[in-house]
Amino acid sequence: MTATTSPALDRNLLHRLGIVAVLFVIAGLLSVLTDSFATASNLTNVARQVSINGILAVGVTFVLLTGGVDLSLGSVVALSGVACALFAHPGEYPLFVPICVGLLTGGLCGLLNGVLVTRGGIAPFIVTLGMMTVARGLALIFSGGKPVADMSPDLTGLAGDLGPVPIPLICFAAVAVLSWLFLGRFRLGRHLYAVGGNEQAARAAGVSVPKVKLFAYGLCGLLTGLAGVVLAARITTGQPNAGQAYELDAIAAVVIGGTSLSGGVGSVLGTVLGVLLIGVINNGLDLLSVSSYYQAVIKGIIIVGAVWLDRRQARS
Amino acid sequence: MLRACQLSKAFGGLSVLQDVSIDFHPGEVHALMGENGAGKSTLMKMLAGVYAPDGGSVAWRGQPVRFRTPNDALSQGIAMVHQELMPIPDLSVGENLLLGMEPTNAFGWVDQAALHTQASAWLQQLDTDLDTRRPMRSLSVAQMQVVEIAKALARQADVLLMDEPTAALSDHEVTALFKAITTLRQRGVAVVYTTHKMDEVFRLADRISVLRDGRLVCTQAALEFSADSLIAHMVGRELAQIFPPVTTTPGETVLAVEQLTREPAYRNISFTLRRGEVLGLAGLMGAGRTEVVSALYGLQPAASGTIRLRGQTLELRSPIDGLAAGLAMVTEDRKGSGIVPAMSVQHNLTLAALRQFCRGAVIDATAESSTTHKATGDFAIKASGPGQAINQLSGGNQQKVLLARALLTAPAVLILDEPTRGIDIGAKAEIYALIGRLSAQGTAVLLVSSELPEILSLTHRILVLRQGELSAELAPRQTNQEEILRHAMPR
Repeated sequence: MTATTSPALDRNLLHRLGIVAVLFVIAGLLSVLTDSFATASNLTNVARQVSINGILAVGVTFVLLTGGVDLSLGSVVALSGVACALFAHPGEYPLFVPICVGLLTGGLCGLLNGVLVTRGGIAPFIVTLGMMTVARGLALIFSGGKPVADMSPDLTGLAGDLGPVPIPLICFAAVAVLSWLFLGRFRLGRHLYAVGGNEQAARAAGVSVPKVKLFAYGLCGLLTGLAGVVLAARITTGQPNAGQAYELDAIAAVVIGGTSLSGGVGSVLGTVLGVLLIGVINNGLDLLSVSSYYQAVIKGIIIVGAVWLDRRQARS
Repeated sequence: MLRACQLSKAFGGLSVLQDVSIDFHPGEVHALMGENGAGKSTLMKMLAGVYAPDGGSVAWRGQPVRFRTPNDALSQGIAMVHQELMPIPDLSVGENLLLGMEPTNAFGWVDQAALHTQASAWLQQLDTDLDTRRPMRSLSVAQMQVVEIAKALARQADVLLMDEPTAALSDHEVTALFKAITTLRQRGVAVVYTTHKMDEVFRLADRISVLRDGRLVCTQAALEFSADSLIAHMVGRELAQIFPPVTTTPGETVLAVEQLTREPAYRNISFTLRRGEVLGLAGLMGAGRTEVVSALYGLQPAASGTIRLRGQTLELRSPIDGLAAGLAMVTEDRKGSGIVPAMSVQHNLTLAALRQFCRGAVIDATAESSTTHKATGDFAIKASGPGQAINQLSGGNQQKVLLARALLTAPAVLILDEPTRGIDIGAKAEIYALIGRLSAQGTAVLLVSSELPEILSLTHRILVLRQGELSAELAPRQTNQEEILRHAMPR
């Protein structure tokens, strides 16, 4: 990117600074209000908690950029976790088998979403709503309705630490950095923005719109599979009822991060900031022992408020 | 009864109507004639309250009025039937007709029986027997037109404005519509309408106003015009001195099109295009020009026929195939299928040729930005920088970015569909000069334009499309606008 002083970039920068400022204010408040927020153990805990939502949010950023949506994240997380756990009994397969099974399960669900959207011409909302129920059902079928337990310590070790850093955080960071590079430097990344910004114009300029969308849904599915594996490792079971409403937290983080629901505008950096903001708020409300009923209300208000502020900024 | 007094309107600094004053009388059919872009629709929309005038005023029954919305105008008795009809397809004919004024019973419920009786009565007045319980979507375009007119009648309209009501109608349907209009005239309604069809005007209109380039040329009784004098009034401007002379001589054939057909848009289109040649494609709106050139680029593939580029038969299923073969196109709809509004000038510019700036799948940022830098200079694109969002540029500069985007792919054939629509005269001149340079460099250019002076001045050869068929091939130096229009007018 060349150095410019374009208003569009300024707005992006302003937006990010806005979220960063809010993040700092909330973190500052929590450090004062609680003894436990600004401790190493709590911050590691926050990092661990945001990782799964972070991986999902980065994945769904690709889909939202094309102007689509993926409502099946939570169910696919559960299905991938169950699939992974089924192949993770101690002494059965080497470690990479359950990991690959989890990733592929998610990736296949995503590809199927993509095929139905591009070939079938069905609205993404409907397609992924269908996948949401189907994947949940499959998770229950494969697991027999019970959590798939007895996972090898190798796999559950994935939820542990590498030195001082939680492994899930490493996964999240790697996904975020690679995605950021991909969107900024790769031709396909540029095409994603073009398709979301004006599908007709992208097609007329020689962009293969179906290919781009298929890629976005497929990649989102693959990352959902990764989140499923990480979650299974963390709760040491393949839980068919896990991941309820995870898609909502993920999409909320992306939107708070400045990605437009109509596509074509957004960034991985924004998504990461959105994920951190939601994570810190969740953690803070826990530390302040706010009842979970009120937590839900407060979180909802913050999500709508953040987007409202963003739109107001966009207009001025 | 209704009077336009020195009405003026500009869009984005571009003047589309200037100082137009016309009187409209009750019981009279008044036709507005002019080329595409002469300002006919704009004038009507100001009379109907769709647009507010920038200058001048509308007087209604001797009083100056200011309509803020189409509903304002409607409540005063001025109704407009738009070029694109706006029916609600799943409601019945009767419900559409009386939308917003449905008869209700004591409970405030819609009285269906009364609704259909009233609706039929209005349709009867236009000598039409339509089942008012039929869903709107099952109607033909002409029947919908009649319902729209009845809708205006039901609202006690004294003035009926119709923008190209016959554009989509068959001869038979036109006859039915004319019968309805004659009925209205007898009832003392002032009917104002636009059309491109010469014969209709003389069959129907009492008076004719001719608009050209946003100005009123004249208003006269229809009897005082002949078809030829009317056309002369419509096109009669002098060629502006902004066209570069055509100095190049075309070389060998690069593109050969044979029997290209996609019903109902066009059929049996055959022509050739030579190296360095600028070929003009003229015709009225809806003649199939955009559809034909879209097929050549792969945007809307043809159903049958062959397209050969330098002897090679092409399979064009999408623009990807067109670009790969060496074709490039700037579409007519700059907002709809041209710019990606949220992206920067640079990203828009390099979109079609991005592969050139890539190593493998990765974009080479240095190559991309140096190309952008060169292109913004070559095409005189005025932007604050390559990172500026393209939707902040003027229409002319956006168009130049799109031209640059197409030309970065180094096409053998460049298709330009209305390349100067809605841009200012300066940018137009730059685009004309560019077409001249491309021709000199050996690029073959296929130019679609509704502006006949452009077609006449820039091209080596002119093809005229009429209702989806090629009706004439003309030499620009030996023809004139009147002759082109004669070949373009539907028979």
